Amino acid sequence: MTKAYSAFSLLCEGLNQQQGWEPAWRDAAPKRAYDAVIIGGGGHGLATAYYLAKNHKLTDVAVIERGWIGGGNTGRNTTVIRSNYFYPESAAFYDFALSLYEGLSKDLNYNIMFSQRGMWTLAHDRHGMDTLRRSANAMLLNGIDAELYDEAGVRARIPGLNARPRFPIVGGLVQQRGGTARHDAVAWGYARAASALGVDIIQDCEVLGFQIEGGRMRGVETSRGTIRTDRVGMAVAGHSSVVAQKAGVRLPVSSYALQAFVSEPVKPCLDTVVLSPAIGTYVSQSDKGELVMGAGLDLYLSYAQRGSLPWMERAAAGLIDLFPQFSRLRFLRQWAGIVDVVHDSTPIIDATPVPGLWINCGWGTGGFKAIPAGGWCLAHLVATGESHPLARAFGLNRFRTGALIDEAAASGIAH
Amino acid sequence: MLLILCPYCGPRAEIEFRCGGESHIERPGPYSEVDDGAWADYLFTRKNPKGEHRERWLHAAGCRQWFNVARDTVSHTILAVYPMGKTRPPTEAGT
Ligand SMILES: Cc1cc2nc3c(=O)[nH]c(=O)nc-3n(C[C@H](O)[C@H](O)[C@H](O)COP(=O)(O)OP(=O)(O)OC[C@H]3O[C@@H](n4cnc5c(N)ncnc54)[C@H](O)[C@@H]3O)c2cc1C
Ligand SMILES: [Zn+2]
Repeated sequence: MTKAYSAFSLLCEGLNQQQGWEPAWRDAAPKRAYDAVIIGGGGHGLATAYYLAKNHKLTDVAVIERGWIGGGNTGRNTTVIRSNYFYPESAAFYDFALSLYEGLSKDLNYNIMFSQRGMWTLAHDRHGMDTLRRSANAMLLNGIDAELYDEAGVRARIPGLNARPRFPIVGGLVQQRGGTARHDAVAWGYARAASALGVDIIQDCEVLGFQIEGGRMRGVETSRGTIRTDRVGMAVAGHSSVVAQKAGVRLPVSSYALQAFVSEPVKPCLDTVVLSPAIGTYVSQSDKGELVMGAGLDLYLSYAQRGSLPWMERAAAGLIDLFPQFSRLRFLRQWAGIVDVVHDSTPIIDATPVPGLWINCGWGTGGFKAIPAGGWCLAHLVATGESHPLARAFGLNRFRTGALIDEAAASGIAH
Repeated sequence: MLLILCPYCGPRAEIEFRCGGESHIERPGPYSEVDDGAWADYLFTRKNPKGEHRERWLHAAGCRQWFNVARDTVSHTILAVYPMGKTRPPTEAGT
């Protein structure tokens, strides 16, 4: 059986008529008890399990996923990775995630197709430019790479921009280390690597409740039976309020639908990521050639995984103002994910009032880029009971003390 | 896409409205007795239910009146529309 992926194993399996490949991960059935259970088989849950095994040598671990792994937001997102945040706490955390992404294909022995093609934010008026200048300064102070360009500089670097858009392009800010990765590969790569270290990946298994005894976490009730465990980490994104409520925990989270869509595939025409907060759209081109576009949040609660038409129209209109030639393309698919929005657009990685239950949520519209660091820090919490230094500011207590890290207001870009 | 029945203007498309979030949240008081926990709860903690939700809507691009809506967050079905100040929706949908 062939385990590792390499040019050599590819060659051997080619000669072997591809008969020796192992499934990427074991399709495990739930045992009666584990040292730790992670709820949610998205990127954050799977990364948590991997780092529990790798960093903390905790391998008697199960990841419990209601549907299929990566079927939540991780497999629905537009895969933009960047660390251009405003506040030092966020910058340090997201840049750690970015640096882990840079080595992830090697670490996981799985090609996550991370492409550092640069990530642009455009400004269309003087005030937009002021905002970008402020962002660039904050980024540089935080040690993050940032380059600011005027209109000519932007046009020289982004191919195909409209020469005379309705909203003139005044300038742009680029983080060259930003880019995109293959979303499924991140989920599958972490699952495969965790499974190889002994973690059980259990799909089609919904957490229905908790066993809390003497005020302490003792197990989870699932659609496939009861599983005893003293340590539970949950990373269920848009379902955070629903799952936490089963443990009597209330959260400062609102669940909204965020939508995206792709065009039919075309030859390479856009070699970077372009975001325009002012006109409510962003776009990149996937390796398959599809243009991947995202819209804004539908701002009313939703668990429906479908986006509304007005926001789709708005994003499409913005796109063809920037790139009129794309108006000829047909949409191939449109979908939405349910994202977990908190007031300050900063994640929550913390203990809950129930001893033995830890939580990772609040990623809102931008947690794909955070997956390696979110998993790293939740694993640290579950294994040691202590907050990782990078996640110390991301506690639930900040809503009480007022120490919010208000990226929602600060960065001038959607999260 | 939602078709919302404004109690003042009749059925209108979603884009004319803004959702103001959960209804019936009471401001704790008196001021001097509210601790940080209760205040944080008031400001930030939300029910965020999967199912029926009572929420406030504003007919922003219309009559600019606020009103309450009971809506299912999974099917998006609007179960009832009822005036501000009332805490319980009438039983008949759409009235
Ligand atoms: C359209 C869209 C575009 C986005 N674009 C970007 C982007 O460009 N860049 C970026 O950084 N981020 C982006 N995001 C955000 C990003 O996708 C998420 O923040 C991130 O994927 C969250 O990962 P997660 O593991 O927390 O959640 P998920 O991947 O949603 O995983 C949570 C899992 O928990 C499972 N679950 C829920 N309830 C239960 C239960 N009771 N029992 C068992 N399992 C349960 C779900 O089935 C799900 O698989 C986007 C999101 C969307 C929707
Ligand atoms: Zn009206």
